[in-house]
Amino acid sequence: MSAIVASAAQPRPRPGQSIFRHHVVRAVISISVFILLWELGSRLKAPWVGEVPPPSVVLDTWIPLLTDQGYWYSWYQSSRRVLSGFLAAMIIGIPFGLAMATSRVFHDLTFPVFEILRPIPPLAWVPAAIIFWPTQELSIGFVIFLGAIFTIMLNVIGGARSIDVRFFQAARSMGSSNWDIFRRIVLPGVLPSIVVGCEVGIGITWNVVVAAEMISGGGGAIQSSAGGGLGFFIWNSYIGFSYPHIVVGMISIGIAGYISSAIIRRLGLYVTPWLRVR
Amino acid sequence: MSAVPHDGQTLRAGIKPSEIRVSNVFKGYGDAQFRTEVVRDCSFTIDRSKLTVMIGPSGCGKSTLIRLLAGFEKPDRGTITLNGAPVTGPARDRLVLFQESALFPWMNTWDNILYGPRARREVSRETLDMADFLLNKVGLAQFRRKYPMQLSGGMQRRAELARAMINNPAVMILDEPFRGLDAMTKELMWEYYSRLFEETRRTNFFVTTDIDEAIFLADRLLIMSNIPCQVRAVLDIDIPRPRTLIAMVEDDRANEIKMSALSILHEEAMKSFSRGSKAAADFVEAYSKRVSKS
Repeated sequence: MSAIVASAAQPRPRPGQSIFRHHVVRAVISISVFILLWELGSRLKAPWVGEVPPPSVVLDTWIPLLTDQGYWYSWYQSSRRVLSGFLAAMIIGIPFGLAMATSRVFHDLTFPVFEILRPIPPLAWVPAAIIFWPTQELSIGFVIFLGAIFTIMLNVIGGARSIDVRFFQAARSMGSSNWDIFRRIVLPGVLPSIVVGCEVGIGITWNVVVAAEMISGGGGAIQSSAGGGLGFFIWNSYIGFSYPHIVVGMISIGIAGYISSAIIRRLGLYVTPWLRVR
Repeated sequence: MSAVPHDGQTLRAGIKPSEIRVSNVFKGYGDAQFRTEVVRDCSFTIDRSKLTVMIGPSGCGKSTLIRLLAGFEKPDRGTITLNGAPVTGPARDRLVLFQESALFPWMNTWDNILYGPRARREVSRETLDMADFLLNKVGLAQFRRKYPMQLSGGMQRRAELARAMINNPAVMILDEPFRGLDAMTKELMWEYYSRLFEETRRTNFFVTTDIDEAIFLADRLLIMSNIPCQVRAVLDIDIPRPRTLIAMVEDDRANEIKMSALSILHEEAMKSFSRGSKAAADFVEAYSKRVSKS
């Protein structure tokens, strides 16, 4: 896992713009060229990509799956796990981060432990998670939770720390109480960083869901090739030597991650209206 | 208070004429042998109902003095009193306008102005009327729903003036508030600001490095020495108000004051120049150009 503290000040796209914009056209070109090169590389048995099934074959495998209930159930399973792990990370990570940023004592007491736990990759937690949690679902949820929480916390701490000291001085001078400063200065001040943390964090949860599902064996539907989540779908396809299915699973996760980040970005713009204006 | 719209008189009515006394204040930073004394044995008075301007070379410790006056920091030695009572911490009776905008980016102009009253739970019909009055006064009535990012630099400064004034501080402290604005906007701001002062006659303390700004605005001018910070000279600017820029350019008295202020500043700069200060070198050069022009 990488812990990314991205800048909250970067310009964001405005919502509600026409979809026929230059950047959409460029995105379509980018994806088309990628698929074309992949198809060519695969057909011409180019080194490195030669063993990968070409997009046309992947598509042939994918289309029947679109009407397959098991495939969509995998989507549902993975999304549910990502969402619950991510929400847990938000619910615990945001208050924890705020406490660390606002209280020196709390920071000094918790930061060393936090810093030791942080570099441990979520994958390394998998065996421990399986042993310590009573159900497989909880183990998976826990690993996903670990994927997101550190990034969210780091962004909250960084965001709160970077609030201009003059805001506090001005607020204090005008008679603000501590609670008032927290509510009207710290919270809105840290909100852009929370959004960035969540945007990056939810991407990491999708990285982690695969590992968690592969090793936990797909949750409720262990024997079926479908219904165990997208991560399990890939693992199972690998065991069954079905390469096109592996690629379908990979692209599915890519799309799911993209959609999740886009939703968070939208929600983020909604809660930070002052960043939408220029 | 009645439902009649506010005017300058009601604004003035709430102001308590106040005076700040700084006596033998010392302030340094750093430990032991690395300690730099920024303010040494500094004494002056910010007179009741006057606009006192402090001018000094950049890096002379003016901002440190402001932090002490505001109560964000405590002096090592010496006392600062407001109407005889010692200053112990930040409070609404001494509000500071900072060098760059400290408007809260997540609040629109209206919410920024009402920040203080809301923080103290003092929002009443009168407060809202006063906010409206101030908003008009600083020319931002059409911008009440705009976020700070949507305002120009000059508008932000004006919004900040209104945000401070609604709290009716006994003393307003301004730390180079118009720095970084272009020349035209800056001059416009001087007029806005001096009209506001003339209407309220609130005790104001204004820090700047700009001599024209200092003379245009000041009732009294404190000229500071280089670091460590001390008052080097006090000049009374006895030019009648309201002042206008055009009149000031042609006013002999204004030019006279400017020349004497510049020569004191020059002397100060020369002292630090001989000590090898880079900022002072710039000043000496600028000063020689000024003198040869006039």
